[in-house]
Amino acid sequence: MTTTLNVNGRSVSVNAEPDTPLLWVIRDELGMTGTKFGCGAALCGACTVHLNGQPVRSCQTPLSAAAGKKVATVESLSRNNTHPLQVAWIKHDVPQCGYCQSGQLMSAAALLTANKNPTDSDIDAAMSGNICRCGTYPRIKAAIKDAASTMRKA
Amino acid sequence: MNTVSKAVSLNRRNFLKTSSAVTGGLMMGVALGLPLTTRAAGTMYTPNAWVHIADDNTITLLSARSEMGQGVYTSMPMLIAEELHVDLRKIKVAIAPPGKAYTNALLGAQITGGSTSVRDGWEKLRVAGAQVRTMLISAAATRWNVDASTLRAENGMVIGANGKKATYGSLAEAASKLPVPEKVVLKDPKDFTIVGKATKRLDTPSKVNGTAEFGIDVKLPGMVYASLEQCPVIGGKVKSFDASKAKAMPGVIDVVQIPDGVAVVADTYWHAYKARQMLSVQWDEGSVAAISGGSMLEGIRKAADTGKAIPIIPAKGDAAAAMKGAAKMVKAEYVSPLLAHATLEPQNFTADYKNGKCLLIGPTQFQQGAEGGVAAALGIKPEDITLKTTFLGGGFGRRLEVDFIIQAAQISKAVGKPVKLLWSREDDTTHDFYRPMALNQLSAALGADGKPTALSFKLTSQSVTQRAFGLPKDTLDPFMAEAGVMPYDIPNTQYDLVIHDSGLRVGYWRSVSHALNAFANESFVDEMAAAAGKDPYAYRMSLLDKQPRFANVLKLAAEKSGWSTAAPAGRFRGIALMEGYDTFMAQVAEISVKDKQITVHKMTVVADLGQMVNPDTVQAQIQSSIVFGLSAALNNQITLDKGRVQQSNFGDYPVLRMHESPVMDITLVQSTEKPGGIGEPATALVAPAVANALFAATGKRVRSLPLHDNLAKA
Repeated sequence: MTTTLNVNGRSVSVNAEPDTPLLWVIRDELGMTGTKFGCGAALCGACTVHLNGQPVRSCQTPLSAAAGKKVATVESLSRNNTHPLQVAWIKHDVPQCGYCQSGQLMSAAALLTANKNPTDSDIDAAMSGNICRCGTYPRIKAAIKDAASTMRKA
Repeated sequence: MNTVSKAVSLNRRNFLKTSSAVTGGLMMGVALGLPLTTRAAGTMYTPNAWVHIADDNTITLLSARSEMGQGVYTSMPMLIAEELHVDLRKIKVAIAPPGKAYTNALLGAQITGGSTSVRDGWEKLRVAGAQVRTMLISAAATRWNVDASTLRAENGMVIGANGKKATYGSLAEAASKLPVPEKVVLKDPKDFTIVGKATKRLDTPSKVNGTAEFGIDVKLPGMVYASLEQCPVIGGKVKSFDASKAKAMPGVIDVVQIPDGVAVVADTYWHAYKARQMLSVQWDEGSVAAISGGSMLEGIRKAADTGKAIPIIPAKGDAAAAMKGAAKMVKAEYVSPLLAHATLEPQNFTADYKNGKCLLIGPTQFQQGAEGGVAAALGIKPEDITLKTTFLGGGFGRRLEVDFIIQAAQISKAVGKPVKLLWSREDDTTHDFYRPMALNQLSAALGADGKPTALSFKLTSQSVTQRAFGLPKDTLDPFMAEAGVMPYDIPNTQYDLVIHDSGLRVGYWRSVSHALNAFANESFVDEMAAAAGKDPYAYRMSLLDKQPRFANVLKLAAEKSGWSTAAPAGRFRGIALMEGYDTFMAQVAEISVKDKQITVHKMTVVADLGQMVNPDTVQAQIQSSIVFGLSAALNNQITLDKGRVQQSNFGDYPVLRMHESPVMDITLVQSTEKPGGIGEPATALVAPAVANALFAATGKRVRSLPLHDNLAKA
């Protein structure tokens, strides 16, 4: 059956069972591999995307829940690394293995949309669902503050 | 480094060379192939194994080490570029294919691990860069008919008198035909312009926009997806299975049996995974099914009493005699649990077997192991295998193993299609090669002044090296002896280990035996200090007169952490010291405890790792190791019930999250010593630093990890 949704500003029709997790639709059906699989249980945040602007774990979001809605993945930030979060991530050399970073960036993007000037505890609360096995947390926190400052000035 | 740890360390280094010669099969070099990712528009030339120059001036530097977060994608090219005189921002990087040239001299095979990349590459890669620079200059000298000594290389060009210039690309063809010079002159480190300077990682841009290619992202034309049902008891084999329901599920292409289990192959991963749930498999569970609850530790305890004691180093003096007349004795036992690696990218590999040849693409720390393992499993020659290494979504030792690579190749052969095998998180947690369980038993005699007169150390644990590299029985496994010998001045010492096979497969886990031995030794020194009524820092310092590099980092860590002043109200500190991978390190943990919940507020780290390649990466690796080590120290353990691993996902194997991550104050000692490794050592020192702080906070000595679980029992 066909489901229509909007991914990164583009309307797409997908032939997949409605219970297929959005993660696998994005990765295997649409071929966008920036969004990662880490746990399949909404525990690690590697698969975080935005659904109508809200951060969701795409591994636990069935395709049916995304029908007719707007999905944004890491690829939507910018392809040329001009989004303030990408700029800050590069400035602070955040990633190590890099596997979790798409999810980290999407959680951070959702935070900064809702909160222009997050405190340390705001950041902790927004980011606690995203695991980084390489322990880049101090740099993620610094980069979010940096990006928030840039975005406030813009 | 003291002579003792040096001897152990040298032993460690030469070990795999010998071992692979004994067991054979590991050292299969193949003709040097060009990496698949390296594509220049022009014609490419290869002056030596490390540098490709195309006539359109595309310069590609090779990293023979896999990038798993530790920064080799940047640090390896930095070493080459230092002598090649190219702008790091203008080069491309490729991960090397399997090849003899890329053997890690410290480990005897093409392996990324053991915090060896910089130590192995430090001279070799600068020589490689200097060789190519010399060849390019020689080519220009011939072209211009001038003496090579009148020419210099700068920023990708050879420059002569009167403004004569030639790009490396224009000289590449001629240079690549010249003999590789055997002797080259290297820069004095004081003249370095790249090495030692904090440098932005070259892989970061691709890791912030989703374009970095990990194993899970690989796609081949006509590729199908596999999900593999393995026996819930590791090592168990398929007795029989019924795939009729699975085969009726949407998208399923085939269901095939391989030695490790039953694979469902489908048009998408989700279809394969879902259909796998419909399989019915009967298992012959095998011997691991006998392991339950505390039975593994009981076996270790028994072996500690009855097994053969293998000296780590020759005994010094007579520890047993000195203990007999001792004024005071201290005795303690420490237990470290099984641990999973839990790389965030679950194990996966893509394989395409066709007509006796096999293409393998994915994340591995051990290129020759992958080649050799797949060749043996499929009955083909290593030279019939093409292997491409992607980025690794974490390694930590898990990707030294090649089980999942062999599985992917076997499934591809069985279905006759390119296959991507992807494990679920639950597969990954329950089918790891776990960090072995360990029992460390220590005794010390203290003199009237409280200083130790004798010490005995015994580690009883399982040898990864016996399984992985065929180490003969009852011989010293150097990967169990790391950080076993204390740096402290003790006149009579006896250091032994007992190797006990629990029956469960075990693997190398970030920092390997450093973590077991440092937890025991540095907890025990704290216990000795307490028994002597001395401050833990002052007590250690009083035993380090002959160990200036140890004493220096310890002193700096005490200063930086404010050891001599009271901790903020409600907070307590613990200190720990170690050498590992030629890196000297001290840590101070500052914690508070409420309702048996430990909060680690701050970690102060001082590291002396000699000369550094990329100091910012060094900082990052210490931060990484602290978080990784703290997850294990506080919370992580793998337990078995009837051979089944009881943990399955991040809910019951909880790794540290941002809000639990401490503030870190890291100091790097400026040094001209040879480089030490930094990917691992800080991991090992977190547990004793926090355990010692926990004692300061509560008066309770928790001698088993993880601390939370055992504090609750205390």
